[in-house]
Amino acid sequence: MQYMLLIYDSEADSKKRPDAEKKAEYEGYMTFTREIAQAGKLKAGDPLEPSTTATTVRVRNGKTVVTDGPFAETKEQLGGYYMVEAKDLDEAISIAARIPTSKYGSIEVRPVMKINM
Amino acid sequence: MALPMASTASDLDRFYREEFGRILATLIRVLGDFDLAEEAAHDAFAAALEQWEREGTPLNPRAWIIGVARHKVIDRIRRQARFDSRREELIRMAESDSSDSPDGENAFRDERLRLIFTCCHPAIADDAKVALSLHTLCGRKTEEIARAFLTAPATMAQRLVRAKRKIRAAGIPYEVPSAELLSERLASVMAVIYLVFNEGYTASSGDRLMRTDLCAEAIRLARVLVELMPSEPEPRGLLAMMLLHDSRRDARVDQQGEMVLLEDQDRARWDRGQIAEGLALAQCAGRIECAGPYAAQAAIAAEHSRAIDAEATDWKRIAELYERLSELSASPVIELNRAVAIAMAEGAEVGLALIDSIAGRGDLSDYYLLWAARADMLRRLGRWSEAAESYTMALGLVGSAPERRFLRRRLEQVTRQNSQLG
Repeated sequence: MQYMLLIYDSEADSKKRPDAEKKAEYEGYMTFTREIAQAGKLKAGDPLEPSTTATTVRVRNGKTVVTDGPFAETKEQLGGYYMVEAKDLDEAISIAARIPTSKYGSIEVRPVMKINM
Repeated sequence: MALPMASTASDLDRFYREEFGRILATLIRVLGDFDLAEEAAHDAFAAALEQWEREGTPLNPRAWIIGVARHKVIDRIRRQARFDSRREELIRMAESDSSDSPDGENAFRDERLRLIFTCCHPAIADDAKVALSLHTLCGRKTEEIARAFLTAPATMAQRLVRAKRKIRAAGIPYEVPSAELLSERLASVMAVIYLVFNEGYTASSGDRLMRTDLCAEAIRLARVLVELMPSEPEPRGLLAMMLLHDSRRDARVDQQGEMVLLEDQDRARWDRGQIAEGLALAQCAGRIECAGPYAAQAAIAAEHSRAIDAEATDWKRIAELYERLSELSASPVIELNRAVAIAMAEGAEVGLALIDSIAGRGDLSDYYLLWAARADMLRRLGRWSEAAESYTMALGLVGSAPERRFLRRRLEQVTRQNSQLG
């Protein structure tokens, strides 16, 4: 099965983190990404620019309405994602628990819907 | 093959309750699909209701149901017009002989264990875990579970549908967790069973103090767990604790349905057979020094069960056991219980000081038993007006009608005492 691992973290708290910690976190991400890629579990994954760069688009009555900012204001913001291959939810959970951000933020694990075309 | 005696609807009902969990577990393994397995099991039980009444119960009813369920599944899949890539695979699985396992009882055991872990997976919401466990393992119908938890049947049905959909869509595994996850997952299973028991033992709302049916279901689930994992001490501790608490069910309410405190209970009405079983299990659960939280609670329950009357209770020992329990799983509720035990051993003054220090931290300010315990200490000390205040606080927070009436009686008593003073 494929799972989307959505990485949420407080951008405000993350800014306050000392440089040494940020560096360690970055290295943690590099190691984690390399490991799951080597294990053949990685389908895709990227960090995202901060939510202040987000734009929300809606089409209403045929008109495109564009607004600044994310869809909803939340305490934690979506900061990146991984798409992984896992045998079942338990394996997906164990992969999610290795993402560095899981230690202070949250990882939402979402199964990817299978569509028969 | 058929026995000459025709089976009645109530025979089948009992068989359904006892066997549904096992049969469903086998079908889930055969079919690899929770919903399909459940539909097939229900189809087969419906067929049994019709045929067994007419022709008698087959020699091996379990095998009969599983066989019929497999045919029903194949019919069902063939009838479905829409194209499904899994169709052929499912038919092949249903036709395969894999349910006639050579291991017999052992295979059934493993399948039920897998089902317990699936139903109590931490990714399922707590209320759904409880509903799913009662539904699949105890063969309880949706309406029965809804009634037990005072929920509308439609709400309960939706909760079950959502949980089953999550099992399938999110890929919740249908297996016994690996060694490194086992203790954590076992704790989750035991927490679900304990939740069912607690709701039965002191109903959080409603007219009755207890729902003995829920206690019985929890005990049944724990028996399954003990039977399935005989080398684990904590399920034994859980079962022992529940058996010992439940042994007092007939003495906990009087003929009018009013609550009777432990110290006032007629101990002749305690279920001695259940106590003997509970005490033996509590002993099996291990020495207290190395016991887990459930075994420690079983040891506490055992102290009460052993005391021939309230005065003979070894409160000092109980306070020590609560202390041990605190070390294992610190919680303000355990501290409160310890304070009460110390009060029984050393006097209400000491107990009141301990309760006030817990209250001071604010953790339990919404917990009616904190106020009820505090009120009781003040009542024992003859501080009537303060006791009345605490009883009033407890009354504002309490759940079931018999508990509310009990607190009201105590409030009236201390108010009377207070006015006699003045």
